Amino acid sequence: MKSFWKQGEPFVWVTGAALSVTLLMAMVLIVVVLVNGLGVFWPSKVATAKLHDGGSVLGEVVRSEAVFEGEGERLQFKIGNRELYGLDFRWIDKTDISSITYADDTMVLERMEYGNFYGRLIGLSPEAQAVSGGGDAVQQLRQAHAYVMQQKDQLEELDDELASVNYRMDQLQRKEKALLYKGRSPSDPEIQTLRQKRNGLTEKFQSLHQRQMKQVTELRNYTATFTDISGTDRDMALMDLVRFYQPNSMSVFSKVRYYLIKLVELLTGSPRESNTEGGLFPAIFGTVMLIFIMSLFSFPLGVLAAIYLREYAKEGMVVRMVRIAVNNLAGIPSIVYGIFGLAFFVYGVGGSIDRLFYPEQLPTPTFGTGGILWASLTLSLLTVPVVIVATEEALGAIPAGVREGSLALGATKFQTLTRILLPMASPGIMTGLILAMARAAGEVAPLMITGVVKIAPALPVDGNFPFLHLDRKFMHLGFHIYDIGFQSPNVEAAKPMVFVTTLLLVLIVLIMSSVAIHLRNKMKKRYTYGTF
Amino acid sequence: MRDNNSVTVTDPIVQVKNLDFYYGTSKALHDINLDFQRNKVTALIGPSGCGKSTLLRCLNRMNDLVDGARVDGSIRLDGTEVNTAAMDVIELRRRVGMVFQKSNPFPKSIYENVIYGLRIAGVRDKTVLDETVERSLRNAALWEEVKDRLHESALGLSGGQMQRLCIARAIAVNPEVVLMDEPCSALDPKSTARVEELISELREKYTIIIVTHNMQQAARVSDCTAFLFEGVLVEYGITENLFVKPRNKQTEDYITGRFG
Ligand SMILES: Nc1ncnc2c1ncn2[C@@H]1O[C@H](COP(=O)(O)OP(=O)(O)O)[C@@H](O)[C@H]1O
Ligand SMILES: [Mg+2]
Repeated sequence: MKSFWKQGEPFVWVTGAALSVTLLMAMVLIVVVLVNGLGVFWPSKVATAKLHDGGSVLGEVVRSEAVFEGEGERLQFKIGNRELYGLDFRWIDKTDISSITYADDTMVLERMEYGNFYGRLIGLSPEAQAVSGGGDAVQQLRQAHAYVMQQKDQLEELDDELASVNYRMDQLQRKEKALLYKGRSPSDPEIQTLRQKRNGLTEKFQSLHQRQMKQVTELRNYTATFTDISGTDRDMALMDLVRFYQPNSMSVFSKVRYYLIKLVELLTGSPRESNTEGGLFPAIFGTVMLIFIMSLFSFPLGVLAAIYLREYAKEGMVVRMVRIAVNNLAGIPSIVYGIFGLAFFVYGVGGSIDRLFYPEQLPTPTFGTGGILWASLTLSLLTVPVVIVATEEALGAIPAGVREGSLALGATKFQTLTRILLPMASPGIMTGLILAMARAAGEVAPLMITGVVKIAPALPVDGNFPFLHLDRKFMHLGFHIYDIGFQSPNVEAAKPMVFVTTLLLVLIVLIMSSVAIHLRNKMKKRYTYGTF
Repeated sequence: MRDNNSVTVTDPIVQVKNLDFYYGTSKALHDINLDFQRNKVTALIGPSGCGKSTLLRCLNRMNDLVDGARVDGSIRLDGTEVNTAAMDVIELRRRVGMVFQKSNPFPKSIYENVIYGLRIAGVRDKTVLDETVERSLRNAALWEEVKDRLHESALGLSGGQMQRLCIARAIAVNPEVVLMDEPCSALDPKSTARVEELISELREKYTIIIVTHNMQQAARVSDCTAFLFEGVLVEYGITENLFVKPRNKQTEDYITGRFG
């Protein structure tokens, strides 16, 4: 027994167990997210359940649950057809169901609004039939839909044009306001030309808009008729259908195809249905850009501060205090940083910019409101201690001999720093940056008060001069998770999206850190002493 | 001439006069008076902690880097005072090169290591750089071994090669004096022999001041030897004389291995 303790056996077990518990918890999290996230886009079968009372229900069986303490079971159906039934989901006791069948012609429609529709195709409107080449009803629908979608794409180009005209009108109005503010009279020739320009644009806007409306009305004539399980017919404009499929008769191949299409939509499309459907591109873009701008600020700032602390500052009471303070900064709750960001960056700096450069716009803020720049700055404040600590450690770990070797050859301190120390510390600095980026990617609280929004009307980067709009609000995956998971009116319908978004966020962090780790390993090979 | 000094230095390159050195409040060197002969090898010996490295590092003012270090007295390099604010430390260190106990190549290629001193001095001419690399590596007796991998990392060399690379790096800037602080203490016997051979060759062009722990080494490579004990210069003499018939009892005890 004594030797058992002496050999340190128990310690091996304790440390091993600690590691296992940690790994296990992380694994469970990842597996839950993976399982739930990856399965979302796989088209599941749509069941027709006949009930004992004569009714029937059509929908996807989402899950089952024990009732009456395990004596029975109830199934949750996703029945869709929100405009008809009011709710997307319905619980049905298994004892009430007489039979479950999977009819081949059951069709699922993904729509722009009101969620999915479950039912059967009845027929197409004459206009729709005219643009389809024949074949059976489903084939006709497919062709007609493809045609309508093509037309709709053109309409969306018009949309972009409208947005751009609108932006230019806005800019002109701002200029006019600025001139008026400077005391020019409204009859001033410069203002008159601005007005004329704006009027021209307004006319252009009107005509474009009218053209668009007309085309939309025309497109709306292409409809198809569907019926739900209870026999209610619904005419639906083809342009409102995102896509449709018959899951019960789909081959594995077409299911895979469907899955991939959905995936592409997720990565490149915009959200719809209050973010519970469609793509996440704006949120992905916002997240990556946020982290990027954050790094742009916190990386140089942190590295420079660390260099000062380690290389130039005289070791003593003050430096030690600063070091402790920096370490503690990392422990402040992130919401506090958010509040500070709001007060200092948004109201302080942003407000001052507005008063100095855009006084004519007040009280409408330009920079004095949340935006991606302020959110990034807030995050860099939050992550800068991580960079400082990592850089300091990396610099401190460099053998004193190398430093002296450089100085002894007549190098200045600065030359030693840039030519020897920084390259040698770069792997450690990279580690700090990775940690900082991972931390920033996971923060939501400070963003909520410094500029993140549920739906941003435009990306922070677009084709309108000056192309980079750092004052704009932005979308973010982390906030997206919170928003659709807990703030959405239809939480049940949003659940799959929560998992997908989580998975995506994890993936983004993973990709960014893999790239950084790859870089770090390359540097490590070049700049560190091997064992000899 | 003082009683502890039996060397007549006719052409001194470095002159140390009444040198006191303090680390904070503790005094590490006591009133050192020592002239180093040009183009000779001078060895500094003594038990560990007696101040050999400190004295050496005074000569190129590396002790400036130590917080709380203070020097009194005079050190002249070719007649110019070293211990003044007017002295350009960068220039001084270019004239007085240094090789350390633990080899410290930079994590760069062999080529870049050798020309580091020139690069920081702003030399860009490729032919000059190439020539310097070859000359220095030849002088450091390393050329044949590395000429085919000049652009590979210096960290891939063996311990002995690294130390010779550091010597090449030090002589690449054409210093007048090369300080060596126990350059062989981390090397195996074979590499040590190689470096010793090298020192003998280098004495023709440079003045070498070498700190060593190894009495045989001092006897083999040096022309003059200074024995330090507890921060005091106990005896300074022609190496042969000092080892054969030391004039001081402490020196005798030390070189016969009775202490230290
Ligand atoms: N950086 C330093 N700070 C304070 N004391 C030091 C420092 N370096 C050396 N010393 C002290 O100065 C004395 C001489 O040291 P050193 O010159 O390194 O001896 P040696 O090289 O002969 O072994 C020793 O007592 C040592 O403890
Ligand atoms: Mg020493």
